Amino acid sequence: MRDAFGAVQSVLVLGGTSEIARVTVAKMVRDGHTSRVILGVRRPDEMADAIAEIERVGATDVSAVAFDALDPEAHVAMIDGLFGEGRDIDVVILAFGVLGDQETFESDPVAAAQAASTNYAGAVSAGLAAARGLRAQGHGSLVVLSSVAGERARRSNFVYGSSKAGLDAFAQGLGDSLVGSGVDVLIVRPGFVHSKMTAGMDPAPMSTTPDVVADAIIDGLAHRRRIVWVPGPLRFVFSGMRHLPTPLWRRVSADA
Amino acid sequence: MTGPTITGWGRTPVSTGRLTQPTSVEQVAEALAGASSRGVIARGLGRSYGDPAQNAGGTVLDMTAMQGITAFDPESGVVTALAGTSLGDLMRWLIPEGWFVPVTPGTRHVTVGGAIANDIHGKNHHSAGSWGRHVTAMTLVTPANGIVTVAPDSDPDLFWATIGGIGLTGIIVDATFRMHRISTSTILADTDKTPDAQSVMDLMTTGDADYEYSVAWIDLSSTGSKLGRSVLDRGRFAEVDELDGDARHDPLAYDARELLKVPITAPRGLLNPLTVRAFNEAWFRKAPKRHHRRNLTIPAYFHPLDMLGNWNRGYGPAGLLQWQIIVPFGAEETMHRVISELAATQVASVVNVLKRFGPANPGFLSFPREGWTLSVDLAADVTRAGPVLDRLDRWVIEAGGRHYLAKDSRMRPETFAAGYPRLDEFRAVRDRVDPEHVLRNDLARRLEMV
Repeated sequence: MRDAFGAVQSVLVLGGTSEIARVTVAKMVRDGHTSRVILGVRRPDEMADAIAEIERVGATDVSAVAFDALDPEAHVAMIDGLFGEGRDIDVVILAFGVLGDQETFESDPVAAAQAASTNYAGAVSAGLAAARGLRAQGHGSLVVLSSVAGERARRSNFVYGSSKAGLDAFAQGLGDSLVGSGVDVLIVRPGFVHSKMTAGMDPAPMSTTPDVVADAIIDGLAHRRRIVWVPGPLRFVFSGMRHLPTPLWRRVSADA
Repeated sequence: MTGPTITGWGRTPVSTGRLTQPTSVEQVAEALAGASSRGVIARGLGRSYGDPAQNAGGTVLDMTAMQGITAFDPESGVVTALAGTSLGDLMRWLIPEGWFVPVTPGTRHVTVGGAIANDIHGKNHHSAGSWGRHVTAMTLVTPANGIVTVAPDSDPDLFWATIGGIGLTGIIVDATFRMHRISTSTILADTDKTPDAQSVMDLMTTGDADYEYSVAWIDLSSTGSKLGRSVLDRGRFAEVDELDGDARHDPLAYDARELLKVPITAPRGLLNPLTVRAFNEAWFRKAPKRHHRRNLTIPAYFHPLDMLGNWNRGYGPAGLLQWQIIVPFGAEETMHRVISELAATQVASVVNVLKRFGPANPGFLSFPREGWTLSVDLAADVTRAGPVLDRLDRWVIEAGGRHYLAKDSRMRPETFAAGYPRLDEFRAVRDRVDPEHVLRNDLARRLEMV
């Protein structure tokens, strides 16, 4: 159960190798009351170091379970199983996703479809399964790592952007469906995040770091927010961007 | 599931459960038999600050429809009341007959069931103990044994696990307890203002035995030479010949009215260090330096906050929390450190009290024991209070103290376990009467009690 300050006791991360998620979990454990952490990852047997790191900052019950975004049958069964154990999970973070390379996608449409399946379809099945578990326990939050890339598709990453647009719309609707259930959905829309996923890329303006995104997630959970932008002013930038005439948008988004 | 959102009086932690209102013992038994894996808990008037009377994803039994007195002996003052009966109703019905509740907390809006489940205490703990001491029998519906009547000599383990057991040993459906004989409904109150915490503790140590009731308000927002200044209020019920001429005609008059309700939730930040300091300053100045033999009514003396309905809304949208701890005699140094730290960090708000407790009862999870208790209220949006309270928790536990479950909404499971060394005995009783752990609440989940 969360306490009066919103501190989280237990968290399930789907996409446990995500840098943002790992920083978030480390902060929750170190500064909050989080004692139980479950990392859903493709290869749980390779997580010993990550587990040791989370235990080092203070968690007492850390484990890794197999999670493959492209295998909905298996991951829905895994999520149902975790909730069926009878121990509550206060927060589920959907942190998995691939950025990919737009040029590669354009020459390999099958790879593009696979990225879209990971980012969108995988989140649909995992998100619905997690929401079902949270709804049954009568409390909890689902954190969905979206992106400003989904706000308006750019020529340079529209496969990724469109998958995030789908994910974001899904998360909004899922949040609406959970009204009155004691469960809420927090949508996180970061801009360009300096991380291993974006290593070697030119940063966009108003770029941020996993550390800042983690703080925004924790603050958003404590205040039960619906959407957080990181950094915050991106909200106003994109409310303008969304309405730019197409020729102008093409020029602006190509330069950025 | 979808259901009503349920919170405690602090309006924080929130969860959703299925709320039903049983009107008979049979319906209570049916609710236990038909429970889902998320379980069942009883709820009274919802005055616990945190999460003991809510049950996320499960069933919450609103017991307030099961109310009323089923037996009363006007000679001995022994009364049997259904669990949903409020202390306010008991007062309304029995004060005119010359009987007062044996123990009352700072609000009369608590039920008999809640009084047992939290083993409530009041200003008379040093002279009368907590609620459990006055209970002679109670009827519980337990998952394993159905309807059982429990008394201190019939099944002492179950009886004392239920006193303070936050509803986890069975649904309480009625209780028999002794009321307190009074000749008038007037309190003769003595007020003494002291410049610091040590002086007020000295006054309580030397003088509490002369009073039925005693509690000190303490300023936790002033530092330096004003650190720990207090206003000690002590009193006892007056005899008829001590009343003014007019009052003698109706010595047991009782009129408890709510003057007004807080209509809306206050804006964020209404209570900030500046307004809190101003309030505390005004409160301290308003009190006379020494004023003895003041005549006060029961509502004015015991339940001043009840005059303001929904006063918890005054703390803004984030809600409030309370932190109430006890340290045993001999650990006064810890109490002084706690008081200085609270003043230095400016996290406390306005309703802060210090009291000297008398001996404990055998309740496994009963909070009061001999020592000093401090109760502090805070606005929940003061998130910087979290680390401060974590630090104070460690001092309290190191001093052999503990936290009051009816107030808690944030301590850690290990803090709770360290403060209640008889937790395993409690668990053993619970496993006997509820082997499948049907009785559950959010507090038990948060503190890993079961």
